[in-house]
Amino acid sequence: MSTDAISGAEIVIKALADQGVDVVFGYPGGAVLPIYDALFKQNHIRHILVRHEQGAVHAAEGYARSTGKPGVVLVTSGPGATNAVTGLTDALLDSIPLVCLTGQVPTHLIGNDAFQECDTTGITRPCTKHNYLVKRVDDLEKTMHEAFYVATSGRPGPVVIDIPKDVQFASHDYQGKTNGHHKTYRPQVKADHARIEEAVELLMNAKKPVIYAGGGVINSGPAASQLLTDFVRMTNFPVTLTLMGLGAFPAQDPQFLGMLGMHGTYEANWAMHDCDVMLCLGARFDDRITGRVDAFAPNSKKIHIDIDPSSINKNVRVDLPIVADAAHAMEDLIKVWKSKHKKPSEAALAAWWKQIEEWRSKDCLAYDPEGETIKPQHAIKRLYELTKDRDPLITTEVGQHQMWAAQYFQFEKPNRWMTSGGLGTMGYGMPAAIGAQLAHPEKLVIDIAGEASILMNIQEMSTAVQYRLPVKVFVLNNQYMGMVRQWQELLHGSRYSESYSEALPDFLKLAEAYGWKGVRVTDPADLDAGIQEMIDHDGPVFCEIAVDQSENCYPMIPSGAAHNEMLLGPVQEGEEAIDEKGKVLV
Amino acid sequence: MAISGPSEKNAKQPGAAYEFISNTEDKRRHTFAVIVDNEPGVLARVIGLFSGRGYNIESLTVSTVTEDESTSRINIVTIGTAMVIEQIKAQLERLVPVHNVHDLTIEGPHVEKELALVKVKATDHQRRESLRIADIYKARVADTTLESFVFLIDGEAEKVDSFIEMMRALGEVEVARSGVVAISRGSTITPV
Repeated sequence: MSTDAISGAEIVIKALADQGVDVVFGYPGGAVLPIYDALFKQNHIRHILVRHEQGAVHAAEGYARSTGKPGVVLVTSGPGATNAVTGLTDALLDSIPLVCLTGQVPTHLIGNDAFQECDTTGITRPCTKHNYLVKRVDDLEKTMHEAFYVATSGRPGPVVIDIPKDVQFASHDYQGKTNGHHKTYRPQVKADHARIEEAVELLMNAKKPVIYAGGGVINSGPAASQLLTDFVRMTNFPVTLTLMGLGAFPAQDPQFLGMLGMHGTYEANWAMHDCDVMLCLGARFDDRITGRVDAFAPNSKKIHIDIDPSSINKNVRVDLPIVADAAHAMEDLIKVWKSKHKKPSEAALAAWWKQIEEWRSKDCLAYDPEGETIKPQHAIKRLYELTKDRDPLITTEVGQHQMWAAQYFQFEKPNRWMTSGGLGTMGYGMPAAIGAQLAHPEKLVIDIAGEASILMNIQEMSTAVQYRLPVKVFVLNNQYMGMVRQWQELLHGSRYSESYSEALPDFLKLAEAYGWKGVRVTDPADLDAGIQEMIDHDGPVFCEIAVDQSENCYPMIPSGAAHNEMLLGPVQEGEEAIDEKGKVLV
Repeated sequence: MAISGPSEKNAKQPGAAYEFISNTEDKRRHTFAVIVDNEPGVLARVIGLFSGRGYNIESLTVSTVTEDESTSRINIVTIGTAMVIEQIKAQLERLVPVHNVHDLTIEGPHVEKELALVKVKATDHQRRESLRIADIYKARVADTTLESFVFLIDGEAEKVDSFIEMMRALGEVEVARSGVVAISRGSTITPV
């Protein structure tokens, strides 16, 4: 050992600094005390103390999703690690790059059922992209750098490093940042050129093309969104985005069909169903998107560009699979497209657009803003209108409000929209907003929430106060777990089993108790003023909007139905929206 | 990385949440050789992938195969539709410590062997008969007492099955089987 030896805990901090980490979200405990001590002795890395480890992971996700950089989490052993599991699973399903450091009992106690011991690597194995248990201080530095490489390369995801306390105390010298590449893990980012040629050929001959893009475009970086936008404009093709992809193409652009899927627009879903060539870019044919797979885009040739080979041919058989990073693939696609003299049939494309405009004229997102109660859709629409000039960052919880936010808030740029798509984690939004606000102190950050979801991580209000983060929480309070109630209405004869929000706190007093400003709006006439009051306040605001209790999310593809069987509004008396087989689906 | 398109014309949609057609597509037995880093937890990753995603494991063997013991080879026999088999390969390749995955059933001719130790408890005629049958199957005697034999038999799984079946008819039997090990035919060496 050289004289330059430092402790394992200091190696952790040095490696984080060398990886360009400026913020760590965490919660201390016995098994990570040496790392907290090393944090105390330095000024490069800021630690954000959350109030629950799940909040730390979601905050890191919000940070990562809004910056494109990996989020970093630091928690203790046992309950610290198990509390992080939901967040890690969330990050895995939404492909968010995270490095989560967990403390572990000293190596000689591992397996003894020691105090605050759990099998962290065992528990997190299925909910991380990869994980490590560092048993020797000699491996610590290499593992730290490798973890960042694994988390951020290929399809991003969460990586856990479990560090026993004795390893944090042990000393070793620190080499400095190596490239951290894994011995064998090398994700393919560049597409096979012949496949790109084939894709261009298919697209050139398309009469009814559609581009379906997802979160992979956002993960690939802003360049990918720009390239997608260039390509869409160059080709005059229609484009639709998944929930995770919102912002990858400007929502105001007439070529945008809106979001697709279960609560997607009529025009997007019909275009998907009737298209003859589909270009799927960085999306994974999730069951919220496809509806019934055997009736999904039945007459189309499908091109699927994805960085993860296991996403290809998983749910839907495609005709032309291309393994590549979205930006690299789009760059090649544009190059080849430009090199061709041939262009797609203008007449066919004009006819296709005419058909799309017909679908669009259904105005599937129309609602009646009048009435004595505030329509939730209207609340989101007004929030959008009153904040759009400030280029806000929006996070959400999970449920009806999330779908309304996706439908009525318009995103012009990537990295402005953070939501729990794959896992559907209630309680995601506020900690994610905290993470996003930390990364963008000057931005307006709003968590669009429901009164049920927000209570799942309500303790993080305290974190926002501690770090003077002016996050806004915009709660649509319908006194129901709205999406649960909607499904009970459709599937279970309106028997609202346990979906009523009983015994809610007085949110104004709650806001006051935490040191937030509270705003409550019940009268439609006060909506704009309430929103304005929220955004004008230089500090965290809890804005509660009492909305119509019975409103449901439409349009909707009922479970077990195909894209062309979507419902535009409530089913009529006596009609069955969902058949017996559909009822067992989620 | 080779990803095939829908090579089989009649390939059905896979079994996602929204499929109502009962999956009648032919299920086939495939043998995989998976080359992995010999590190703690790697076997748990592979097994966890199979159980977590609902794939079958018919047999699994694992051992280090390089001089420096840095690399292991896992042989897995599994059963699934063409789509599931393709997905298993892709999912295995996605694991960080996995170097490469070979679907030996698709890649070409290969040798599959299994080894078993079969203890037969029998006396008199049954005992003599067991020895005679062992001779026919070219099983060797690994241990003996006055009322038992332990036979060592190797070969294809069917041969081992059939031998064990014969022994069951002769007395009380205890079986230890290794599971399938497999390697491609020909002179090509699979890189690790």
